[in-house]
Amino acid sequence: MSGRFIRHIQSGLMLPTKLCATFASRKHAVGNVWGIRRVLNTARPELCAAMLAVTSVGCGNSTPWNDPYPASQTGANILYSAFQEQPKHLDPARSYNVNEALFIAQVYEPPLQYHYLKRPYRLVPLTATKVPEPRYLDAEFRELPAGAPTGDIAYSVYDIHIRPGIRYQPHPAFARDAEGNYRYHVLSRADLEDVHELGDFRHTGARLLTAADFVYQIKRLAHPDLNSPIVGLMSEYILGLDEYAQQLRSISDELKRKQGASAFLDLRHYPLEGAQVVNRTTYRITIKGKYPQFRYWLAMPFFAPVPWEADRFYSQRGMAERNLTLDWYPVGTGPFMLTQNNPNLRMVLTRNPNFHGERYPDAGTPADGRAGLLADAGRPLPFVDKVIFSLEKESIPYWSKFLQGYYDASGVSSDSFDQAIQFSGQGSPEVTPTMRRKGLELETAVTTSIYYMGFNMLDEVVGGQNERARKLRRAISIALDYEEYISIFANGRGLPAQGPIPPGIFGHRGGRAGINRYVYDWVDGQPRRKPITEARRLMAQAGYPNGRDVDTGEPLVLYFDTAAAGPDSKSRLDWFRKQFAKLGIQLVVRATDYNRFQDKMLKGTEQLFEWGWVADYPDPENFLFLLYGPNAKVSENGENAANYANPEFDRLFRRMKNMDNNAERRRLTARMVDIAQRDAPWIWGFHPELFVLHHAWYHNLKPNTMANNTVKYIRIDPKLRAERRRTWNQPVIWPLVVVAVLVLVSLVPAIVVYRRRERAAAL
Amino acid sequence: MIAYIIRRTLYAVPILIGVNLITFFLFFVVNSPDDMARMHLGIKRVTPAAVEQWKHAHGYDQPLLWNEAAGGTAKLTETIFYAKSVRLFMFDFGRSDEGRDIGHDIRQRMWPSLAIAIPTLLIGLLMNITFAMLIAFFRGTAFDLAAVVLCVMMMSVSTLFYIIGGQFLVGKILDLVPISGYLSGIEAWKFLILPVTVGIVSGIGMGTRWYRTIFLEELGKDYIRTARAKGLSERLVLFRHALRNALIPILTGIVAVLPLLFMGSLLLESFFGIPGLGSYTIDAINSQDFAIVRAMVFLGSALYIIGLLLTDISYTLVDPRVRLQ
Repeated sequence: MSGRFIRHIQSGLMLPTKLCATFASRKHAVGNVWGIRRVLNTARPELCAAMLAVTSVGCGNSTPWNDPYPASQTGANILYSAFQEQPKHLDPARSYNVNEALFIAQVYEPPLQYHYLKRPYRLVPLTATKVPEPRYLDAEFRELPAGAPTGDIAYSVYDIHIRPGIRYQPHPAFARDAEGNYRYHVLSRADLEDVHELGDFRHTGARLLTAADFVYQIKRLAHPDLNSPIVGLMSEYILGLDEYAQQLRSISDELKRKQGASAFLDLRHYPLEGAQVVNRTTYRITIKGKYPQFRYWLAMPFFAPVPWEADRFYSQRGMAERNLTLDWYPVGTGPFMLTQNNPNLRMVLTRNPNFHGERYPDAGTPADGRAGLLADAGRPLPFVDKVIFSLEKESIPYWSKFLQGYYDASGVSSDSFDQAIQFSGQGSPEVTPTMRRKGLELETAVTTSIYYMGFNMLDEVVGGQNERARKLRRAISIALDYEEYISIFANGRGLPAQGPIPPGIFGHRGGRAGINRYVYDWVDGQPRRKPITEARRLMAQAGYPNGRDVDTGEPLVLYFDTAAAGPDSKSRLDWFRKQFAKLGIQLVVRATDYNRFQDKMLKGTEQLFEWGWVADYPDPENFLFLLYGPNAKVSENGENAANYANPEFDRLFRRMKNMDNNAERRRLTARMVDIAQRDAPWIWGFHPELFVLHHAWYHNLKPNTMANNTVKYIRIDPKLRAERRRTWNQPVIWPLVVVAVLVLVSLVPAIVVYRRRERAAAL
Repeated sequence: MIAYIIRRTLYAVPILIGVNLITFFLFFVVNSPDDMARMHLGIKRVTPAAVEQWKHAHGYDQPLLWNEAAGGTAKLTETIFYAKSVRLFMFDFGRSDEGRDIGHDIRQRMWPSLAIAIPTLLIGLLMNITFAMLIAFFRGTAFDLAAVVLCVMMMSVSTLFYIIGGQFLVGKILDLVPISGYLSGIEAWKFLILPVTVGIVSGIGMGTRWYRTIFLEELGKDYIRTARAKGLSERLVLFRHALRNALIPILTGIVAVLPLLFMGSLLLESFFGIPGLGSYTIDAINSQDFAIVRAMVFLGSALYIIGLLLTDISYTLVDPRVRLQ
């Protein structure tokens, strides 16, 4: 019997008083309470609970009956949230997913972070003392002036100074005995016999953060067992990382041959040229060439510090069998630490007692003060003691529980949109009167992402740089009414895109200057989609009058590849067909599974496709590289899914990508967007808009689509929440009484008939 | 009987190999190792080198079924099929492609599934038999007709409707129990009331109809007529004679599904947020985690075989005329 099993049974016997009372009062109804007690002693508590479920009713305590949380949490300073998809990786070298960032961004602290309130998005120090400015070196490692031409720069050197006094969270990997030796670094199978989760280790320890921990993590990106998703990209930039990855691969193979699969590869013994410790609080990263966007990467968990002790601790034989890995139990310096990790049920973040302290920002945009977002300026973070994330796979129960007050904030699904949101006469969204009476508030923000429909530029019909194909693409761009699309399929939550760069990113142009003049006109101070007659005129010029090929007379048939199969997508795909039919084009939808769709994209056999991109960092390069020729999907396996290649665009991209944000860069970006709008390799689609609803007790919410470590800024009023929950969730018992009476009444005629039959003569 | 059990157990081996082979074949027809790698590595910035590295690290860089480059038995053993399947027969499920211990996951997730499945089965059975006997007692009357019509109506309603309706009425309108969620240990009870109730109510229509048919068949037999002829009350006829004999098909049917109970219910667990095994396989298929898929299919097959064996044995226990040879 496992240790965990024993503890569960013990906790099961220590029933809450009221539950025991209920249980005992049902003794006669159950018939044999001692029999059940015996079962309680031998069976799993879940099974016992199942029995109680059928023999007991609500306990009638002060918390609402439908409260999904333990009574002990009533009034506690806990933030309640949910997640829909189980996280796969919590290792900062592996995780590259928003769902996972929700957890690890609260635990790990990279050198930089985004300012919570200021817009456009701005980097500020987190564990670093300041945002590092690179030094530039030539090929002989001689220092160059700051304004040196990009072509002369062979290396960029970032010296990053970390703040002193930062400590890691308590963790058994740091625990030492009286002699100063690590308690849990050499464990036998017997030592691990009663260990099933991290909390089973009695001792924990902590230590100061050092610059070596940052370097260690950069080396981990190249670890062959970790398969870091950015090792390929970073190998292009960090000096020597590619060779380092190859070196580690052969060392690791050799080590495994000698010591087995769980051998610990101690990266401290293998230096990496591009990441070096300068002193205890300073480390140096050397980048090949000039790459100003590297600073943004320093705000991601990939570059957060990881202590070598954690790797050493988790690498021991028997740990992985118990799911005790760094991929499962992070070790960080952040405001929270992961204390419960059950991705099938609940993830719990608890305040890190060793947190170094950070204060709520005292500056933001002018509107922030008016919105009360600066009321907590200068106060220490985090505000909540604990964050409980519950798995909610379905939107309906999630929404219902949010309205009952059991979740503090929520997005708005299509199912509940009309119930929650209405548009004012000016077209701005607001909560409905019913929701306003409950005290709900709405926050919105346009995301730094884009969803678009792309043309495969390698295709003979829709692709290429010839004028015929270009006019065809422009005609289709006009015909696809994305304003209607947003209204129907996104409940109005989106902004029609004029180009690849979303609002909030350097290089985005608003107003008249920013419209796509090939698709829109500027009318009454607003962009207005060109009429369909203009699209038909372009079709005729392209040689497809009324959608028929002028040479063959055959109708134009286009193929749209999508991974959106299934009945849920039918209406959307029908809408696409209708849009193309406006031009006489027959659209054939080739819906398939995601694997086949990926294959088609890699081989370039698709004609039209839909795709999206969420910004890694707020820089135009992160969007314009999606149209950069040498980044094509088919030839280079890159992210240019349309396989668009325009020499002028590519030339400008190479100039623009390494520039600092200045007027010249803005001019180049605008020119590139103009070229892309003219060539129309994408139908630009839209930038989704984020709608977040929150209760009156939830404070300091400002949607920040770049930062993930925002939980620390949230403050709640637990007293108000408890009051509202009680008010909103009074149990209604009378229907149960009515049903019981009806059942009893209905039994009367049955009994009468039964007795009559029993007394009746056989013949 | 022991010889029979041993023989049936031995029959299970080729069946399990066949099931494993079919699972393997079907999975890799839909998903190539490259697809799996891309799925696990994410959708951004996945390089061919990263794909190759993932396949190497997870043992998916070998041929599927036959290794032409190897020599001797290695042609068979140095393949994905052999490497991923042979340990299953020792019930060593290994690790998922994400690195989690599958056996641990199953052991952890089976208890919440059982906590729903066992009371749903037992109480549902009790209620269905009670209703069926009541209807059989009033056979040929308007009550019988009305009850059958009601059962057909209940059978026709989707389980999803019962779930959403139950959550809306009981959890949201009446505020009696949590709409969804789960607490481990003894506090799980209040989260189980609604899913268990929904599970029972959604099965009443079909269960009652089925058991009514069994009872009516028994009530038409000669021994019932004899019992009535000797003056027994209808209550005794029903409970002492009809019920006992009707239990044979009921029990044998139930024994077959008993081992499968812990596999959980996809819909109930998904909507009620119960961390059981119901969605484990579906989630694994969606995330292209072959390790979990093959483990769960293997386990399901093994349990089904055990269920059928138990059914055969239960025949001999409840019907003395049956002998296993």
